Amino acid sequence: MMLSRFLFFLAMLATSTFMVSTVHAAPVETFQFKDEVTKVRFQALSRELRCPKCQNQNLADSNSTVASAMRLELYNLLVEGKADIEIVNIMVSSYGEFVLYRPRVTSLTYILWFGPALLILIGIIVVIIIVRKKPATKESLALDNKQQEKLNQLLQRDSNVAASNKASPNETKQEKE
Amino acid sequence: MNKIIRFLPLILVIALGVVLYRGLSLNPAEMPSALVGNPMPNFALPTLANPNGTVTKADLKGDIVLLNVWATWCPTCKYEHPYLFELSKDPQFKLYGINYKDELVAANEWLTHYEDPYVFSIFDKDGLLGVKLGVFGAPETFVIDHHGIIRKRFAGALDLRVWRKEFEPLINQIIAEKQAGK
Repeated sequence: MMLSRFLFFLAMLATSTFMVSTVHAAPVETFQFKDEVTKVRFQALSRELRCPKCQNQNLADSNSTVASAMRLELYNLLVEGKADIEIVNIMVSSYGEFVLYRPRVTSLTYILWFGPALLILIGIIVVIIIVRKKPATKESLALDNKQQEKLNQLLQRDSNVAASNKASPNETKQEKE
Repeated sequence: MNKIIRFLPLILVIALGVVLYRGLSLNPAEMPSALVGNPMPNFALPTLANPNGTVTKADLKGDIVLLNVWATWCPTCKYEHPYLFELSKDPQFKLYGINYKDELVAANEWLTHYEDPYVFSIFDKDGLLGVKLGVFGAPETFVIDHHGIIRKRFAGALDLRVWRKEFEPLINQIIAEKQAGK
């Protein structure tokens, strides 16, 4: 009884996973590639290129009209025997730099490429400055002559007070009462 | 000096806040076209009226050409259609269509049903001319000048207000340039 229920549950799980996976297979075109290399290049390029309509999806992800047109164009360019860099240039010439998920290094994108490294560098410099300051404060923790003298005086006075208290314990007791 | 350093994080956070707040009101769909200032790309495609023939760039005749990307699956295209019909009466420019990723029968039905504002409509079934033009979707309208240079790409519906603001000054400018012999 338990076993059959368990099997039923497993079967349900399997069908539901299967259904979900078929629903998620968004792009519908089928392309025939002449060899495995071209197929891999197609897949790589469609992950590198951004869908201009749905801006946080790449061409492989998106099933918008423009993405399917761009996939076809990508396929045609591969069939024509264009190199990856040529294909990327063609896409950039019609959609602008925006179409690249990894923007090229230009004066406009310096801040994107080198900003994080710069921030880390600034962070390291700040940490070094703080760490270097620390030993200086430790040294200043040691007392100079004047402070040592003052401390001795205070300790001396304290022990005098204690001695006088000991000498007349009744007085203190009365005070407490 | 020490006091300034103490306030530095606050100043930085406020600056970042200003930048991000400004970003909230930017429209991410408003992308600059890579093609503005470049010549109209070459193509050889059929038209809706003649699905077996081909037209090319040379067939887009007229000193100023308006190229409107449309499709029957696009509701905004239906909205702007009456205004396009108004525009087609203006002798200053010629209006051509690109029927983008659509079906021949449906598109021709649309033109018979709603009247045809275009000199002709290029039938871009696979959207490949669209890709060359950097089209994101429909509707989009391009302005091409007398030298065959793309001067403007506008994404969205055309109406009188948009026309006055976005197109009219450019059309006048191109006419002035032409008269000056540029």
